[in-house]
Amino acid sequence: MHIVVCIKQVPDSAQIRVHPVTNTIMRQGVPTIINPYDLFALEAALELRDKFGGEITVLTMGPPSAEDSLRKALTFGADRAVLLTDRFFAGADTLATSYALATAIRKIGETWGAPDIILTGKQTIDGDTAQVGPGIAKRLGLLQLTYVAKISTLDLAGRTIEAERRSEGGVQLLRTRLPCLISMLEATNEIRRGAMVDALRAARAAIVKWSAQDAGVEDISKCGLRGSPTIVKRVFAPAPRAEKAALVDFGSRPPADALIEDIFKRQPKLEAELAALARGF
Amino acid sequence: MSEPTKPAAAAGRAATKKELPDHFKGYRHVWVFVEQERGQVHPVSWELLGAGRQLADKLKVDLAAVVIGPDGEATRQAAAEAFCYGADLAYVVGDDLLADYRNESYTKALTDVVNTYKPEILLLGATTLGRDLAGSVATTLLTGLTADCTALDVDADGSLAATRPTFGGSLMCTIYTLNYRPQMATVRPRVMQMPERVQRDIGRIVTHPLGLVEDDIVTKVMSFLPDRESSKSNLAFADVVVAGGMGLGSPENFQLVRQLATVLGAEYGCSRPLVQKGWVTSDRQIGQTGKTIRPKLYIAAGISGAIQHRVGVEGADLIVAINTDRNAPIFDFAHVGIITDAIRLLPALTEAFRARLSPHSRDRIAS
Repeated sequence: MHIVVCIKQVPDSAQIRVHPVTNTIMRQGVPTIINPYDLFALEAALELRDKFGGEITVLTMGPPSAEDSLRKALTFGADRAVLLTDRFFAGADTLATSYALATAIRKIGETWGAPDIILTGKQTIDGDTAQVGPGIAKRLGLLQLTYVAKISTLDLAGRTIEAERRSEGGVQLLRTRLPCLISMLEATNEIRRGAMVDALRAARAAIVKWSAQDAGVEDISKCGLRGSPTIVKRVFAPAPRAEKAALVDFGSRPPADALIEDIFKRQPKLEAELAALARGF
Repeated sequence: MSEPTKPAAAAGRAATKKELPDHFKGYRHVWVFVEQERGQVHPVSWELLGAGRQLADKLKVDLAAVVIGPDGEATRQAAAEAFCYGADLAYVVGDDLLADYRNESYTKALTDVVNTYKPEILLLGATTLGRDLAGSVATTLLTGLTADCTALDVDADGSLAATRPTFGGSLMCTIYTLNYRPQMATVRPRVMQMPERVQRDIGRIVTHPLGLVEDDIVTKVMSFLPDRESSKSNLAFADVVVAGGMGLGSPENFQLVRQLATVLGAEYGCSRPLVQKGWVTSDRQIGQTGKTIRPKLYIAAGISGAIQHRVGVEGADLIVAINTDRNAPIFDFAHVGIITDAIRLLPALTEAFRARLSPHSRDRIAS
């Protein structure tokens, strides 16, 4: 079995600041991390490999420094890491990103064997779009299962997979055919501590680095800014909430009563809704 | 690393070309995808018809609803309702193969209708269904898609200006799809105002065939477990959420959070440190690496409010913070704060809510 896990190196959002005058993101000195949502995809891949054997390739697109995140993924136990890096990829929106990643996944398949499953996180914490996964699936002609809470059964010989997919009002149990793309829901597992042997291997491992040409990109105009139908015209800091929380002044009343009064004063419709909810339980 | 061949001409950024290509010039009107699941229309669809009405009026074009679902009463009813929320016409793909949401069949249905009737703007809810579908449709059409918008407007030249937060809300971007059609955007539930429902007759309905048989659709729905029949946490979709943090002091005190949640018919959750300490299971974690919630009421008890927690709860309509530390960051983004010990307030709050919300107290509330 071969699983490709797509990850992204992102700035640690706790440290993100927006320049008050230029409205650009101040990245200097901001530590980067593996997009936290992607760790659920990586752990899901590791669990599948525990059970069924096989290999895990982690793939990212980014600047040369994204190698750090790939190396980190190797310490968790991934077998191989591919970094797609080229100035032609710069400025890509989700459509251009999915083109580049899909092309690289095809190349990964030609080089190390066709993947059975592509795993991604639900979304990234910097872009927050949740579009690249579906984009990759469509470009590769794969079936997609998004927002998967659990991979229930995998039948490699029969080439089928069953998974629980979160929908708005419930959980769908879906069965589909391999190969497919799965985006994992958050908080569905917890990334393992890597083994010492993996940490040692990761430190020495050669990260495979591909340019657009190496990855087999035939049409460079589908990459980066040029391949992006969307354009960011304006970037600005959100209007900061002027007022801090209004503190409840409960005076001589019991604090609980004062707080409830305050809540219902602000949200008059809430009381009837809560009463209805409470009756349902 | 070998150097890729340079592109032939300085094509420039595709998106900045001034003139819309001729084959897109016929794309007109504003569309809203009406999302239904098992006969229930998601309220975000009506919110989007309200937002779409304003865009359509500015552009002086029609507002259309696109209803996809099983052939029958539910889908017909959803289309009829769309007129009451402002649609001028409705495109309907009704087929029993569409009874459950599946990416393959819904992508084909929506892509076909778009390619046949050519809208300039297509809006969908940023729900699990809408985001799954929008990503596939936009990639199939090779057009731009702006996700999770919080504001929509049209410029003087008629292009859609879609504003969205990125970096967990620390930055806002206004994004355009200048040279491709349709211009697609998804919008999160409860961001746009719910328009008033006005009783109207059913208007023009255009039906479109799905053109698939079951064997064409690989993915099968084996079962569906509605949340109301499940004991699992449903934080992301809960209307009321109560959560606890390190301020609770001990794992035993977490039951105070659960008790308040029970009285309110709410879901309960926690901040990350409680999961790390093993007090609460990880499916209850709220925040960046846990669940993102957008309830009508969120009560945070003994949670300091680090940025990772903040980005997971900011969508709540009303955030109530209980904390002993008046300098805790949670008071920077909560709407209502009370500086007191959550361990003492929670039991009192539970009792007070119980008394106030019990059926026997209805008369008193009404008076």
